[in-house]
Amino acid sequence: MSRIFVHGCGAVSPAGWGVGPMRKALEENAALPIKPLPRPGWTKPLNIRQVTPPSPRPDFMTHARLRRTSPISQHVVGAALEALGPDAQRVSKGELRLGIMLCVMSGCVNYSRRFYDEVLREPATASPLVFPETVFNAPASHIGALLGTPAMNYTMVGDPGTFLQGVALAAQWLSAGQVDACLVIGAEEADWLTSEAYYIFSRQVVLGDGAGALYLKKDIADGALAELRAITDCHLYLQNQNRTKAAARARSQLPGCQPDHLLADGLQGLPRLDGPEAAAWRDWNASRISPKRILGEGLMAASAWQCVAAVAALAEKKYAAANVSVVGCNQQAIGAHFAAT
Amino acid sequence: MVITGAGIITAFGNGWKLNAAGFRQGRIALKPVTLFDVSRQRVKIAGEMSLPESLPETRLTAPQQKRLDRASRLLILAAHEAWKQSGWEPTDNLPVVLGTTSGGMALGEAFYRQAISAPHSHRSQPTRVVHYQAQSQALALADAFGFHGPLTLIANACASGANAIGHAWELVRSGAAQRVLTGGYDALCQLVFAGFDSLQALSPTQCRPFDARRDGLALGEGAAVLTLETLDSAQERCAEILAEIVGYGSALDTHHLTQPNPQGDAALAAMTAATQSAGLSPSQIDYINAHGTGTPMNDIAEANAINRWAGARAATLPVSSTKSSIGHLLGAAGAVETLICLMVLREQWLPPTSTLQEPDPACNFPVVQKPTGAEVEYALTNSFGFGGANASLILRRWS
Repeated sequence: MSRIFVHGCGAVSPAGWGVGPMRKALEENAALPIKPLPRPGWTKPLNIRQVTPPSPRPDFMTHARLRRTSPISQHVVGAALEALGPDAQRVSKGELRLGIMLCVMSGCVNYSRRFYDEVLREPATASPLVFPETVFNAPASHIGALLGTPAMNYTMVGDPGTFLQGVALAAQWLSAGQVDACLVIGAEEADWLTSEAYYIFSRQVVLGDGAGALYLKKDIADGALAELRAITDCHLYLQNQNRTKAAARARSQLPGCQPDHLLADGLQGLPRLDGPEAAAWRDWNASRISPKRILGEGLMAASAWQCVAAVAALAEKKYAAANVSVVGCNQQAIGAHFAAT
Repeated sequence: MVITGAGIITAFGNGWKLNAAGFRQGRIALKPVTLFDVSRQRVKIAGEMSLPESLPETRLTAPQQKRLDRASRLLILAAHEAWKQSGWEPTDNLPVVLGTTSGGMALGEAFYRQAISAPHSHRSQPTRVVHYQAQSQALALADAFGFHGPLTLIANACASGANAIGHAWELVRSGAAQRVLTGGYDALCQLVFAGFDSLQALSPTQCRPFDARRDGLALGEGAAVLTLETLDSAQERCAEILAEIVGYGSALDTHHLTQPNPQGDAALAAMTAATQSAGLSPSQIDYINAHGTGTPMNDIAEANAINRWAGARAATLPVSSTKSSIGHLLGAAGAVETLICLMVLREQWLPPTSTLQEPDPACNFPVVQKPTGAEVEYALTNSFGFGGANASLILRRWS
């Protein structure tokens, strides 16, 4: 059985571009400021925690593929390149078969809304440049093209638990020898349309956007930040299994509380939405971080941030192991266990 | 890794029989679009299907059935046929791997139209938010047949269905699962139709894959679902085995977001990987169901890839594209075309590209133009998508 190690991580979040700013925001433990997001037809804006454009502008944004992309592709590439570090060069030289696994929930909603709006107004003038960017796998294609890698490249959709499914699938690719290394990226971009969709269910939810990336290799412990020890089963929300039951089942498949363990959970500080996850982890009395409370509800990006935060803490040798809990909004509860190397 | 159940729904109708008859004869099922306004589009036809008024009996409650969108209905109809044929029972651990490009996008469109036209009305909006997402369709499928298991939804554009089946095959092959329900689905929607029209990728005349004067594709909708399991599992249950999946290859074309490398490098890589994983050489393949969209750029790239991959064998290797009959089903295409290969293997005929008039001289291979009987042991199907997702699958006749 192969052992899977995390060799890099990357993040783009409302705290800034990089794992550093995200970690700093989490350590300060103060929710980032909320910004107004205009909603056409409303006098009152929606609330958002949004990634601000990087300054200075990174070189990758001048790549031909990335000049007219929507923010999600930029988030994906930013997080991916940080996670890869110097190995990006090895991939480009063809020395490393790099698998790419992108996980999204809302995906390229910005351009989808814009394009559909153009269609409703006058289909004859709807932009052929915008439409291709609406496809779920456009960001994964861009990072593949930027790195020049023809290897396995999948985009998975689903609720935020899908990020951990993506990690499990990457581990399978590595174990089967289909790739030498694999990037797993969770990403989203903010838009008033998605924000309103959440506003309908809870007026207190504040969406955030960005990306998180883990860079995985098998059987190479040297230089690793952490080891992936386990991913739980996917506990679906079905006729006979609600969110509470699913969260409890996912929790029961992860190791119990130890004083030197960390929990990176998905709580937002909204009791009605947090209920099932809070109940499942009620007995956890060791350290805990809740990235969504600080960065916002980043959907797929948020579950990636949880993993990145857990791995970064393990890399600093602050903990011996970490559990990640993702109780997704409408599909599944799932968890992961990482250990320090 | 064998197939023990197969379900299909396309513009030809619901089920194997209607579809086999349509593909065998090379009938054309394209017709004027009625689902949304196409009056201001360049092109006004597609492979739109007439959905049956009611769904077959499943475990879904009446309210659940009422909430199903068009894409979910397509998926459940195809899955029902596959499920019944397989003889599978509800279970706690059945992985599902599906491909789709747009899930329930029509609901997303309705959400947006209301958000713009009545900004303060949230009537029906919560249901649209939940049900436009692909995981809702997959969860409905799980509830309909009473199983639990990981739901993997692959959105690799037009290769989604083929990648889903390929991934399911890898799960069974690696021992990670004994059985997997897999396939692809997509329903027609205005955003995607207008998108392809904006790219001028839709044919304003007739979709004619591999024709020297081809001028674009036609869109369609549908679903195909397969039950895939180990040979041991199938034989233990005395299940009827329909065919084997023996090879799968996947590669990324980094040339351009929407245009393939003109030499078909990634297509060649996917086909080569598929034959290698099957332990076969191109000379052993008896039929190719091509991606064959009918766009000038896809077909030349695919023709070059097939020529390079098959070498001398190309001269006698029958190739056809069934997109001339039902249109391009996007996320469902790879799954539907895998099922067409299954029909070819079971019934030993080749589906024609009946709209072909003048084969492109770039094709070193014969493009099947008329209904033909044939001896087929191995069939290969290609799927290529936006973003450069390329996938090939190889099926073997069960005897």
